[in-house]
Amino acid sequence: MAGTLAEKVWDAHVVRRAQGEPDLLYIDLHLLHEVTSPQAFDGLRLAGRPVRRPELTLATEDHNVPTTPGPITDPVSRTQVETLRRNCAEFGVRLFPMGDVDQGIVHVVGPQLGLSQPGMTIVCGDSHTSTHGAFGALAFGIGTSEVEHVLATQSLSLTPFRTLAVNVDGVLPAGVTAKDVVLAVIAKVGTAGGQGYVIEFRGTAIQALSMEARMTVCNMSIEAGARAGMIAPDQTTFDYLRGRPHAPTGADWDAAVAQWSTLRSEDDAVFDAQIHFNAADLAPFVTWGTNPGQGLPLTASVPDPDSFADDSERASARRALDYMALTPGTPLREIRVDTVFVGSCTNGRIEDLRAAAAVLQGHQVAQGVRMLVVPGSAKVRLEAEAEGLDKVFSDAGAEWRLAGCSMCLGMNPDQLAPGERSASTSNRNFEGRQGKGGRTHLVSPLVAAATALRGTLSSPADL
Amino acid sequence: MEQFTTHTGVGVPLRRSNVDTDQIIPAEYLKSVARTGFERGLFAAWRKDETFVLNDPRYAAGSVLVAGPDFGTGSSREHAVWALMNYGFRVVISSRFADIFRGNSGKQGLLTAQASQGDVELIWDLLESEPGAEVTVDLESRTISAKGIQVPFELDDYTRWRLLEGLDDIGLTLRHEADVTSFEARRPAFKPVTTGA
Repeated sequence: MAGTLAEKVWDAHVVRRAQGEPDLLYIDLHLLHEVTSPQAFDGLRLAGRPVRRPELTLATEDHNVPTTPGPITDPVSRTQVETLRRNCAEFGVRLFPMGDVDQGIVHVVGPQLGLSQPGMTIVCGDSHTSTHGAFGALAFGIGTSEVEHVLATQSLSLTPFRTLAVNVDGVLPAGVTAKDVVLAVIAKVGTAGGQGYVIEFRGTAIQALSMEARMTVCNMSIEAGARAGMIAPDQTTFDYLRGRPHAPTGADWDAAVAQWSTLRSEDDAVFDAQIHFNAADLAPFVTWGTNPGQGLPLTASVPDPDSFADDSERASARRALDYMALTPGTPLREIRVDTVFVGSCTNGRIEDLRAAAAVLQGHQVAQGVRMLVVPGSAKVRLEAEAEGLDKVFSDAGAEWRLAGCSMCLGMNPDQLAPGERSASTSNRNFEGRQGKGGRTHLVSPLVAAATALRGTLSSPADL
Repeated sequence: MEQFTTHTGVGVPLRRSNVDTDQIIPAEYLKSVARTGFERGLFAAWRKDETFVLNDPRYAAGSVLVAGPDFGTGSSREHAVWALMNYGFRVVISSRFADIFRGNSGKQGLLTAQASQGDVELIWDLLESEPGAEVTVDLESRTISAKGIQVPFELDDYTRWRLLEGLDDIGLTLRHEADVTSFEARRPAFKPVTTGA
């Protein structure tokens, strides 16, 4: 990865390099949540090790938290959250607990505080850590053993990633969002196409995206199998960061911007692989299957498994249609849903809520459809309420909730019942992901809102 | 971590591709704060189907899982590795593993043996025609052998060495703690901290 953004950030963090060994990389920011950290803290305790840099570590409660007022009623969930509180207190790590104004989904909280900055290495025991790559940070998910390793050493042993440039040039048509871009990318490269790679999203269509839209794109890099997604920082990035609580100030700000401005792939940088998209060809995208690569434009029909050339893709499509209870040839627009979910670390930020609200404004959610709108953080909730978005949602018949991971994964009370079908702005349509037997179609906030109004998968253009 | 040199055990054919970590262990089983007991959640949804391979008593003693391509995609949950190991698996064979899952496995001593899809098919055919057949996985020579089959597998040199020696990653890094400290002295002053503000 010569001269690329990823290489520059990697090289700036090498603590130790030795022949035949992985590089030892310094970690600038370590984010924690309640699910993947308890066994790591246990490991520290057993070995009598402290957290090396608690002030580079931050925890929040998100996966288990209910999004309705009141305490956690599930005793096992409660134990997990209480364990995080005890661990953070014992090891001196800052925690944003339920009810705190800074609580929220870990990948929404870091950016909104200004903690996620260009050129940093950021890790979390959560695959969607790739979200923070939107700032030009090298950010990736790790397992619990690595969480323990970072807590103990503030570093990680890693073999260099390869680089994949995903170029999206041109202007996105109206109604086509960052979510549609990334779903189209995953459909093209497949769920394993990004394996071993850091994706750098480039091109005029990417540069034109807001920071929040860039986060949506980078968030789903992992669904293409990539370790991380990155976007070179620019004026949009700097404008987003300036004035945030943990952003540099004064002379530090100037020094930071000077350094951040060097964080771009050189013109002669060599990527290990490249793919190109013409933004004008992209359209609202939905998934029909049980992995995020099984997606098509909304105007298409459910594919015939026999149309896949590859044996394992064919088998996978057949299984997926069986699980999803779909018939080949059915127009995607005729698929009826029971539930619409707007939220998650993919699409739970203020711009996502504004987009959904603009579609819902003055209309009613279709009969028989339940719509949940879940802000990604307590701050997003407050901001939305200050703008009156909560009222737009409530008036339309949607449920306005408290911040958390909610229906993105079946760990808290927000779940699909067996056989229920959702249009969801989250990131995974795996079997049972949103609740046992639940069926998920991944969509953008615009498509989610239009679907809520019509009851079938729809885009605002169908209204 | 326990040393891994060679392992022989009953092979379990899992003819599915894209086995994501939500299938290996659904989210509802991730709430435990312990490191044991996750075998209850292993393939929990699929095990409700009585025809699922793990419900076949002939594979009950299985310790070598032979799966389709793209095993372990999705969530970074190390619980997927714990669930497989708590259940009794020591080896997973596949033609392609997701990166985070493979990394997590290497930390825990679960061997992820990457073989060609053609070789995986050979092993599947054997395990299905002779349920209960044993598979031997030799890490020293990086070979998989079973009745009439001997094929190579891939695993990077560094992970192989760590598994053979049973070395703990944190212990290895702490040998270089002085390097970490001197790196910290060079970090730019504008880098953020999580305290204050």
